[in-house]
Amino acid sequence: MLSKRIIPCLDVKDGQVVKGVKFQGHEVVGDILDLAQRYSEAGADELVFYEISASVEKRLLDVNWVAEIARHIDIPFCVAGGIKSVADAARVLEQGADKISINSPAIARPELIKELHDEFGKQCVVVGVDSFYDKQTQEYLVYQLTGDPNAASRTRYKTQEWVKRVQDLGAGEIVLNCMNQDGVRNGYDIAQLSAIRALCKVPLIASGGAGSMQDFVDVFKQTNVDGALAASVFHKGVIDIPKLKQFLINNDVAARQ
Amino acid sequence: MIAIINTGCANINSVRFAFERLGVTPEVITAPEKLVRFERAILPGVGHANVAMKRLNEQGWAEAIADYQRPLMGICLGMQLLCESTEEGDIPCLGRIPGKVELLETNELTAPHMGWNNLRVVKPHALTTGLSEQDQVYFVHSFAHTINQSTLVSGEYGQAFSAIVANDNYAGMQFHPERSGKVGAQLLQNFINWQL
Repeated sequence: MLSKRIIPCLDVKDGQVVKGVKFQGHEVVGDILDLAQRYSEAGADELVFYEISASVEKRLLDVNWVAEIARHIDIPFCVAGGIKSVADAARVLEQGADKISINSPAIARPELIKELHDEFGKQCVVVGVDSFYDKQTQEYLVYQLTGDPNAASRTRYKTQEWVKRVQDLGAGEIVLNCMNQDGVRNGYDIAQLSAIRALCKVPLIASGGAGSMQDFVDVFKQTNVDGALAASVFHKGVIDIPKLKQFLINNDVAARQ
Repeated sequence: MIAIINTGCANINSVRFAFERLGVTPEVITAPEKLVRFERAILPGVGHANVAMKRLNEQGWAEAIADYQRPLMGICLGMQLLCESTEEGDIPCLGRIPGKVELLETNELTAPHMGWNNLRVVKPHALTTGLSEQDQVYFVHSFAHTINQSTLVSGEYGQAFSAIVANDNYAGMQFHPERSGKVGAQLLQNFINWQL
């Protein structure tokens, strides 16, 4: 049976893994390769690396560390950060990344999704969506450039329409970052993830809000997402991956041990 | 010495690094006439079958692979290209492994089939050494080989399909052993140990 994927997310800045709360106030949590190896050995199903300053600084991420990860890690990993063209994506994939994820560059130029799909195949193309729930209008809105609080801004898209559009353009997987929940460890945004799941035919990954092992059980059972991404609970040792896997299995969620 | 066939459209590094972690240094080759010098070979593959098959034909790999007498294993799309034909682009393939590659019927499940899933050994072989029912490997694919006499191991997602196939000196793995943790490392070691 296909396992639900547990995906530690490593935000990279200046060659180190950092973590902020609601995308702000970053602190260093460790070395990229050390953490990647630790998570991989602990049973993580996949890793995601976001070089958070790349898009904001209008440059491609540093591909040197990508090759180091590929050399030492034996689980799949996805890389994001300032990938704006087929040539950029080729440089990252050549180093050994399994997938590339795009976010702000896809908003700036949605055809990029189709170009990447046509060149590398659907399985390589992940689209990250930063979605903010506006309590006043009760709408889910897409944001961009969230790696820097000074650059972050609302886009013209509502989340539902954007998710439909990126699938039509050829995205092979969608990571939905629920911004209201990010870093606060109050649980995943079940309402939003359920709404998006209903219109998402490709694998959907939940992101933002994991605080306890029960939160993972809830998101898998209540929204049927394919994977759950989390950062601080793993970085700070709040949740131990082998214990989380056992907890999922005890609660009838398919997990790899 | 292991050769990794580079047609210019696959991610070579992840396979190369996986063998290096097992203490073997493969050589990436781009000239088909070199293939005959190697003890075994890997045909990796990511992307669209149409593009990859075109390159195999144009660059002269089709004949070199057909003439090769030693263990040769395709990974993911590389495995599909060793079969008779594929529905992806509706094209004939290398025909080294009997059977067709068809669109995986996933019904209500999300597609592509992406993630860690179980294996079931249907025909024990040197390549299946050490596999148990609890083991999971990492899949990413939309098309799959339909189970037949060359199926060693099956997988299931919406329908049953071939996860590992072999015919004579040719074999294939639908999943990515290079990205399948300890289980994947065991399977690559099995390929290194495979004697015809």
